Amino acid sequence: MVKQALKISRVMLSVYYAYMVEYRAELVFWVLSGTFPLILMGLWVEAAQGDRFDLSPTELVQYFLAVFLVRQFTVVWVIWEFEREVVEGRLSPYLLQPIDPAWRHFFSHVAERFARLPFAFLLVGLFLLLYPYAAWLPRWDNLLLGLLAIALAFCLRFLMQYTFALAAFWTERASALEQFWFLLYTFLSGMIAPLSLFPDAVREVVLWTPFPYLIYFPASILINRPDHVAQGFTAMVLWSALFWGLNRWLWRQGLKQYSGMGA
Amino acid sequence: MERYLKVLGLFWGTAIAAELEYRLNFLVTALISLGGLVGSLFGLFLFYRTGYEFEGWSWEAALLVLGLFTVLQGFAATVLIPNLNKIVSQVQQGTLDFVLLKPISSQFWLSTRVISPWGLPDVAFGLVMIGYGGTRLGLGWADYALALLPLLFGALTLYSLWFMLGATSIWFVKIYNVTEVLRGLLEAGRFPIAAYPVAYRVFFTFVVPVAFLTTVPAQIMLNQGGRGWLLASALLAAVLLLVANRFWRFALRFYTSASS
Repeated sequence: MVKQALKISRVMLSVYYAYMVEYRAELVFWVLSGTFPLILMGLWVEAAQGDRFDLSPTELVQYFLAVFLVRQFTVVWVIWEFEREVVEGRLSPYLLQPIDPAWRHFFSHVAERFARLPFAFLLVGLFLLLYPYAAWLPRWDNLLLGLLAIALAFCLRFLMQYTFALAAFWTERASALEQFWFLLYTFLSGMIAPLSLFPDAVREVVLWTPFPYLIYFPASILINRPDHVAQGFTAMVLWSALFWGLNRWLWRQGLKQYSGMGA
Repeated sequence: MERYLKVLGLFWGTAIAAELEYRLNFLVTALISLGGLVGSLFGLFLFYRTGYEFEGWSWEAALLVLGLFTVLQGFAATVLIPNLNKIVSQVQQGTLDFVLLKPISSQFWLSTRVISPWGLPDVAFGLVMIGYGGTRLGLGWADYALALLPLLFGALTLYSLWFMLGATSIWFVKIYNVTEVLRGLLEAGRFPIAAYPVAYRVFFTFVVPVAFLTTVPAQIMLNQGGRGWLLASALLAAVLLLVANRFWRFALRFYTSASS
């Protein structure tokens, strides 16, 4: 059982890795399109020169570089692929296979992480040349915790998006849901500013949503400023469990609804 | 010329008819635009709430930049992005052949084939923001009118950059996400260029001319900066338009079609 699962994951990873490096230019464009945190880094570093904010320019550079990396590892696009599969009826053949189609998407995302890694580090290196004083290394325990947090953040984000993707069984434009969710994600996850710079009232509310755990939480561990670690991991697990349940329920309901359009 | 106008009318008529099939989508995109607006304001507020100011830009002036950014974003979503997605799929599937065979400019066909009205809420919200900021700053109709020209140049610049990015799909084939790159770089235009460190300013003025898209029109609206910037903006738009056209012809020499 375990042996078979390992074999399946190995095969899928190598297949999807090969797919991903087929169009390498697309990978470079993906990395480039994630430069939003780096743009904000410039703004915040400039703003922090006057000591008006709680964080120093060095800390801000580190924070945003960490955000950039976390974002690179947690990019998810399953909803667009799933939506197309349902609308065009290409989901049907996958349903006949003895493995849940979700795993295909999952492994294609994981394999892509490895393919994009070199470009992402290249860009971080470039910015360390621009701000050499900010170079830092996470402590090894923080590094381990940070990697775990990134892995969990990726799983949670994948689960959330895949759950929304299941709406494709009922509507042709499920991605609109994700677009709205993505807005909240952009502005509340800590991508535009560390949560410590948010007004207190806003921060209190935001901490109850899943968003800060997707970016702010892993990034702050990576820059050696862990913040409520146990609470953060608990929140991630709870949100994942919630979306997992919702996802399986929608999947079963959706299959009853699915009519294999266009096939 | 007349033929092109007629074709344009047909293109857009059919595209809008097709999009109106999804009327509920209009409500959804309007909601998304509204959410984006609130988010952008929140992002700007984070900087200004402690009394910090982007150098030489009051809160209202920064709102003008954000408003211009939102308008351009709407323009990109209406005209640019839907067409760009088409170029890539045509190159990948080899259907670009049919476009090249048509007796009109292929650049015209590819740039105007579809239009998606879903970017219009963004344009509307952007205008409201400009109106609010402008009223607080006591701007008159003449000031708004002055900004129209640089805004038009900005839109042309954006179009040329976008078209060149799309043309690279002749070599790279599958680059559906170039739209994301374009959007990512545009994001820098949310804020006045003066808010960035020097290295960023150089990059966003000379390498990726984001400064000309939002900051320059805002400055001209505020009667700052002078004629030099307007001239530079016009020159940039003209040069980029020409380069985009040449680049497309150059790229076509490498087009080998697919699956035939």
